[in-house]
Formats: sequence, structure tokens, C-alpha cells
Amino acid sequence: MSIAKLLQRPFSVKRIPGFASIAIFTFFALYAPVIILVVYSFNQGTSLAIWEGFSLVWYQQALQNEAVQSAGLRSLFLASVAATIATTVATMAALATTRKKPFKGQTAVYTLINQPLMVPEIVTAVALLIFFAIIKVATGYQGMGYLIVAHTAFCIPFAYLPIRARLQGMDLSLERAAADLYATPWMTFKRITLPLMAPGIMAGFMLAFVISLDDVVISEFVKTPGQETLPTYMLGQLRRVVTPEVNAISSVLLAISIVFVALFFFLNSRRN
Amino acid sequence: MKHKLLTALSGLALVAGSAAAQAEGQLNIFNWGNYTNPDLITKFEAETGIKVTITDYDSNDTALSKIKAGGHGFDIVVPTHGYVPIFISEGLLMETRPDQMENFKNVSSTWVDVEWDQGRRYTVPWQWGSTGVVVNTKYYKGDINTSAIFMDPPDELKGKINVVPEMGDVMGLAIMYHGGEPCTDDKVLLKKVRDSLVAAKEHWLGMDYGNLEKFAKEDLWAGVNWNGSTFRMRLQNENVAYGYPKEGYILWMDSVAVLADAKNVDEAKAFQNFVMDPENAALISAFARYSNGIDGSEPFMPEDMKTAPEVVVPAEHAGNGKFVLACPPDVQALYTRIWTDLQK
Amino acid sequence: MTTASSSPTRLTAEEVEELARKKDTKNRWLLASPALIIITLFAAGPLLIVVLYSFLTAGDYGNVKWIFSTKGWFSVFLQYDIFDDTLQIADAHLSIFWRSIKLSLLTTVLTAAFGIPTAYFIATRPLSQRNLWLFLITVPFWTNLLVRTIAVMELIRGEGVINNVLLWANVIDQPIQMMFTDFAIAFGMTYVYLPLMVLPVYASIEKLDFRLVEASYDLYANRWKCFRRVILPLVKPGMIAGSILVFVPSLGAYITPRVLGGGKNLMFGNLIELQFGQGRNWPLGAALSISLMVLVMVALLYYVKVSGGDDNEHR
Repeated sequence: MSIAKLLQRPFSVKRIPGFASIAIFTFFALYAPVIILVVYSFNQGTSLAIWEGFSLVWYQQALQNEAVQSAGLRSLFLASVAATIATTVATMAALATTRKKPFKGQTAVYTLINQPLMVPEIVTAVALLIFFAIIKVATGYQGMGYLIVAHTAFCIPFAYLPIRARLQGMDLSLERAAADLYATPWMTFKRITLPLMAPGIMAGFMLAFVISLDDVVISEFVKTPGQETLPTYMLGQLRRVVTPEVNAISSVLLAISIVFVALFFFLNSRRN
Repeated sequence: MKHKLLTALSGLALVAGSAAAQAEGQLNIFNWGNYTNPDLITKFEAETGIKVTITDYDSNDTALSKIKAGGHGFDIVVPTHGYVPIFISEGLLMETRPDQMENFKNVSSTWVDVEWDQGRRYTVPWQWGSTGVVVNTKYYKGDINTSAIFMDPPDELKGKINVVPEMGDVMGLAIMYHGGEPCTDDKVLLKKVRDSLVAAKEHWLGMDYGNLEKFAKEDLWAGVNWNGSTFRMRLQNENVAYGYPKEGYILWMDSVAVLADAKNVDEAKAFQNFVMDPENAALISAFARYSNGIDGSEPFMPEDMKTAPEVVVPAEHAGNGKFVLACPPDVQALYTRIWTDLQK
Repeated sequence: MTTASSSPTRLTAEEVEELARKKDTKNRWLLASPALIIITLFAAGPLLIVVLYSFLTAGDYGNVKWIFSTKGWFSVFLQYDIFDDTLQIADAHLSIFWRSIKLSLLTTVLTAAFGIPTAYFIATRPLSQRNLWLFLITVPFWTNLLVRTIAVMELIRGEGVINNVLLWANVIDQPIQMMFTDFAIAFGMTYVYLPLMVLPVYASIEKLDFRLVEASYDLYANRWKCFRRVILPLVKPGMIAGSILVFVPSLGAYITPRVLGGGKNLMFGNLIELQFGQGRNWPLGAALSISLMVLVMVALLYYVKVSGGDDNEHR
């Protein structure tokens, strides 16, 4: 779809003048740095800002660098697991806290769920460091569990708020109708409530995913030996020299995300 | 869709889990990020059969907090000299007696009886360097071996200065600029230091790390920086020069230590011995671009480092460098207040 | 909702309703409990440690000594002058806090200005395309935050893309200094936090019934009026959720202000970080963070109270 065509749509009640232009500009602005980032991943020199000719040297380097590869894969794994759990429990919580008369203690529930948003990361990080140290000493367990639960906890509000926003003011009449037709509560949920919520769940999951993918401070304090994630690996580089190797890794991640998108749409369109 | 996602996830889980696989003879090193030469580790693994896992930290304080909390699972840490006495007094380090190890003979005599570890009973030199000033000589032709570059900047450089946000180093430089000793609690002097820092900050553009590109591309012209980092800048822009302030500049050394609750003690000791070998020490230097403190490593060093004025301290400046140990808590509290005032 | 009662004893209508309400409350607590348990155990609970630490004495080299002290709390608001020991207000903390609020507000406004039209644009695409557009918003965020911030820097630096384009087009005759300014921080944070605004707003616009918009045209005829009177109230929940998600993390933002703003001035998050790191004053760090948490919580509760009506059933 060309930009011109998007901008010159015939009159429609949906159109608000200027909105499409702002949106196109936003998308453009969103991708401009990404293009720069990808371009520099092909830089021959060691700099992120000085172009010295085309080369694949940083991809070769990244391919040989086990540390950065495993950090990238670990980040993806962590974000997938944490975002999935967080979105599931956040969906349940959103169903419990919207659409009906507020129950006793609902404000408390709301506040608690949003608590991870209210403190700077470093504070949660220090608190978790002390808390997990006790568990580590007592059990000797050093696995991924710590990072997973820590990430899940701070991802919950990011998944919860879009889902809640979706549900707010949404009608109960369809569900009532289904119940009147003797649909079981599960059937009603699966066939009616869930599809209605889907855009909110989708938005919540994507937010939780990128938030987990970008987290640095909590991961830095919670990680056990060998559990480098991409952001903590980057943090370690911050004081020294950041090379286009990281651009190469980021470009690979971008490519993966685009494959994901393509796959998703392929499956979706086949189902329709 | 769901099944495919699950398959993909379990595949990822396998990869993520494999890194933590148990092996015979392993070693968990906790070191500064981007500081350990992968070739050094490959060589160590090939020679000893020990499987090494490297984990990064970004500051001495993060490392100290994590290790002090317990249950960390690391065997080796590489703290800066000022933190070594803290680690020792908190009982976090093991007395491994590197001074009795086979390769100890290679340690330069300068680095044996050091203030933070007399006779090297705990630690082994990793790398050392200095914190001084950086200047782009295209824009400023005057004397660059002075802290006046950032404390009382010449007009040419005003508004193009960056100071690394390293509280201890910057306070130390500023105090020595006013003729004091680092870690002083002389309030008359400290007032002068604070007022002059606040006044100087007007002319600074930033307080940040990782400025290689900004200096190379001349967004920044001067500031406080480390020697090895400045060396890398010069390789990309020949106008960049490193100055050793005559009023006094800061020296530091990072050292390899074994943790008191290490699980792989023999492997850790083997690593301490390993890094004191000249050829291995040269590998360390070739990667992060700082000196290592091991005699006989020079022949193995990269050519461009052998004569670099950032790496080999010119004789006329050698006497002005100072190692600063951790300041007493009440002095540290004063410095934090001044630092906060500076950045408010 | 269950309204039938199989109870053998006869109950009045109120009692039936009361029972049903109790059962409903119980079910809803149950439904919310997994989220609550995870957060209590791994986010809120451990914070009690921080609360405790705020009342202890700072350790000599970080951490705490187990001696009760209110010094941490005292120094949040007040301080003795370093040099003449007079008691004064901790103006450094206040001005850092004030700067953080200002920048976070600016970021929120900017993300809303760009995010709402974008979300609206996505929500008005044909159904089959919406998820694609939504994905396009998040795709850039698969790259690492730091690399992304450095790429933003490449746009706005002295010899960066924007300056070069403007110079080439003769709009300016000299590069504009954008790096290391508050503009750079706000620009960078807007970039980083944009999806946090777009996604919730999208989630609530998407359910908008355009028959309502059509009806409003008949009544108001004017696009702007229609937007304000019809669309805006409907997207309000998403906007508020988005504002919370942008505003609060902005307060603690760390990398963006440093890389783009030059880190000359601290943000509130940096100030707290300083106390837990180089400053070695954990009790003060703890007290500062609890102060921030209480402030945000009060704002949030106020919002819940004000927007409480939205939670009720619509008919």
C-alpha cells in the first residue's frame, strides 16, 4: 500500500484529518534509527558512527562469539516465557477487576498489580538480590527460575493495563445471551469473551515481551553465573567500547521478529 | 500456531539450558564486561581442560553487592584496587597465596608490595591504567597535562567537554587540582572543590561513559577519561591526545582474586597462576588495551601498544600518578553530597 | 452471574443476592490470585526488605548495619549544610525530583501526541491488517535499547542525519545543537516509550463502534467536536493506561538520559541508583524510593477513584 494512497482515502467517518499523516510520520520516525542500526551492522570499521565500507565482518564475529549468541537466545527464551505467563495471569486478573460492580478490595488488587511500575528498577533489583540470595544459599539452585519469576512479576502490569483498558466499558450482553442459550461458562468464555478480548491480550503480550527483552537492571542483579542476557551483556560493554557486533546481533533479532510476523500472518490468512 | 510456538520455545529452552551444563572441572569468572579476551579463555581451557563461564558486571559496587549477598556461585572476581581491602575486610576473599605460585616470579617488582595487598597474598595483577584528561589538539594548542582542562577550561574547549561520571576519580582529580590529598576531609578545601566543580560544570557538555564515537567524530573535544579508552580514540582520530595532569592524576589496578566461598578453588588458583604468565598477560592487554604489570609480556604485545604514550607513561609524568584507596565512610558521605549538588 | 440458589432453606431476595455477591467476590479474588501471588512474592514482598533497610544505618561500604536509624528518612527532605552545619531543605533532591517530573510529563504528552493518532490509524485499518500494523510498532523494539538509543543519537548529532538533511535543504545554515539537551532526552524517551502508549490506546479504540461516530456527525457535524465529544471519552481508559505506563517508567529512566542527555543532570532514578552504588547510602536510597512509590501510588489511587465509574457495567 503506498503512502499516497493511504493519505488520499475517500471521505469516511473514520478519518480524522491529520491523524494518518502523523501516524505515517511516526512509523517513519520509528524506523529511521533502525535503518541506521542495520546499515552500521555492515560497517567494516569498529565504530557505530563512522562508515568505513561494506563488510560482513561483524556478522562473522557475532557468529563466532558464543557469549553474545547465547545471551541473545537466552533473552528471547526469557521474554517468551515471562510474557506468556504474565499475559495469562494478567488476563485472569483483568477479567476479575472489570465489567462488574467493583468487589471488596478491588482497589487493593489494582494497586498491588501495578506495584512493579511504581518503584525504580534498581530498588526491586536490590530487594530481589537479597531475597534470592537467601533462597540460593538454602537450596543451591542456580537455574533460570530466578530470572523467569522476576521478569514475569514486572511484566504483569504491562500486560494487565492494555487488557483492562480493552475490557473497560465492554458489554456483558453477549455473554448473557450465550448463558441464556445454555452455553457452559467455559464455552461462553472461549467463544465470546476471549475473541472480544483478543486485541487487548495481543497488545499486552507484545508489551510484556519487549519490556522483558529490554530489561537490564533487574537482570543484572538477579542473574547467576553464565546467565548473561543481551542487555546485561551490553551494559558490560558500555564503559569500554561498543562495536557493530551488537548491531549485527540486533539485526538478526530484527530478522527473527520479521519471520515471526510473516509466519503469524501466513498461518492467520490460511485459517481465514 | 500454539504447537509451533511451543516447539520453538522448547528449542530455545534447550539452548538456554545447555550453557549451564555441568562439566568436569569448571570455573565461574565474574569480571568487568568486555574485559576478558576470548582467546585467553580458549587457551586456558585447552591447556587445563577446565570449562570456563564468564559473567559480566558493570561496576565494582554491583560486584560487591552481589557477592556480599551470598549464594552467587562465582569463583573469581576482578575488583579495582580500592575495593580489594573492602573485599578482604568483609571476609569475601580467599587467601590463595599467589606469592607462592609458580608464575609469581613474572610479576613486576612494582606490583608486589602494593598498598591494597601487601606481598600479594590474595590477588594477582590483571590490568592497570590511569584516569587523566583527553583533548582534541586540533582545537586546543596549549598544555594538556593539567586538570585545568576540565576544572578551569580554556575558552576554545568550553561547551565541548565530557567528564566520566566516576565519583571517586573526578573528586580525586579535583581535590589534587586544589592541592589536597584524595580522601581529604578538610572542609575549607572541599568547599573550594565543590564551588569550582559547580562553576566548571557550566562549561561541560556531558557526564557519560562510552564516548569513543563522540570524540572520534569531534562532537566532544576534551574531558576526563581513561588512558586505554583514549588510546582507542586516537586510533580513530589522530588529533585526540591524552594528558597526565601535573597537579596529580589517578592510577588504578584491577586484580584477580578468588572468592572465599568459591566452589572450584583449585581451578581458580590455576587461573591466577595462568594470568601471571607473560604470554597470557599480553593477551589480556591486547584485548582491553591497558598495561598488565607482568615482566616479559612486552614482546607479546601488539606493536601499536609498545610505543603508545597513553599506555607507556612518559617518564616526566610518572611521579604524578596516585593510587587512591576507598575513602572512609564519613568522607565518602561528604563526597556523595558534593556529587549530588553537582548533578542536581 | 449466578442468581439461582439451591439452598434448602428459604431465603429472602436480599439474602440470595448477598450470597451470590459473596460467591462472585470469592471467584474474582480467585481469578486475580495467580497475578497477585507472583507479584507479592517477587516484586512487592521483597520490597518489605527495602522498607526495613530505610530505617537502618548505612554500612561502611554499602549495604546496612543492623542499627535502627531515621537518618535515611531525615536526609530525604532535610540536610545539614556540609560546610556550616545549618539545617536546610534538601534542595538537590527536590530539584532532581522536579526535573524528573517535568521531563516525564513532557514525554507522556509527546507519546500521546504521536501515539494516539497512530493507534487510531491502526484501529481503523481493515481487520485483517490491524495485527500487522501493531507488530510494526513493536518490531523496532526487538533491537537492544542501548543500540537503539545510539542509533537515535546518530539521527540528532551535530553531523547527524537530521542536521545534514536540513543543511542540504537550506532550512538552516549551521548545524543545530540537539545532542545533550533536554530536547534530546525527551525525543529519545518518546521514541523508547512510544509502544507503551500506542498499544493500550489501540486496545481501547479498537472496540469503538463507528456507528456512534456516524451518529455523532449527525449531531455535531464538526470533526473536531466529534473527536472530543465521542471518540475521546471512549479512548480515555486506554489513554490513561498508556500515560501511566509511560510516565512512571520515565521517572526512573536511566540509559536514555545518559546517552542522549549527556548525564550531566541526574534523574530521580539515577539519584536512587547513586545511593545504592557509588554513594554507599542504602538507607537513603531505600527512603527515596519509598517516597517515590508512595507519591505514584497516591496518584494512581486518585485516578482509580476518579475513573471508578468506568468500571461499572454499561448497558
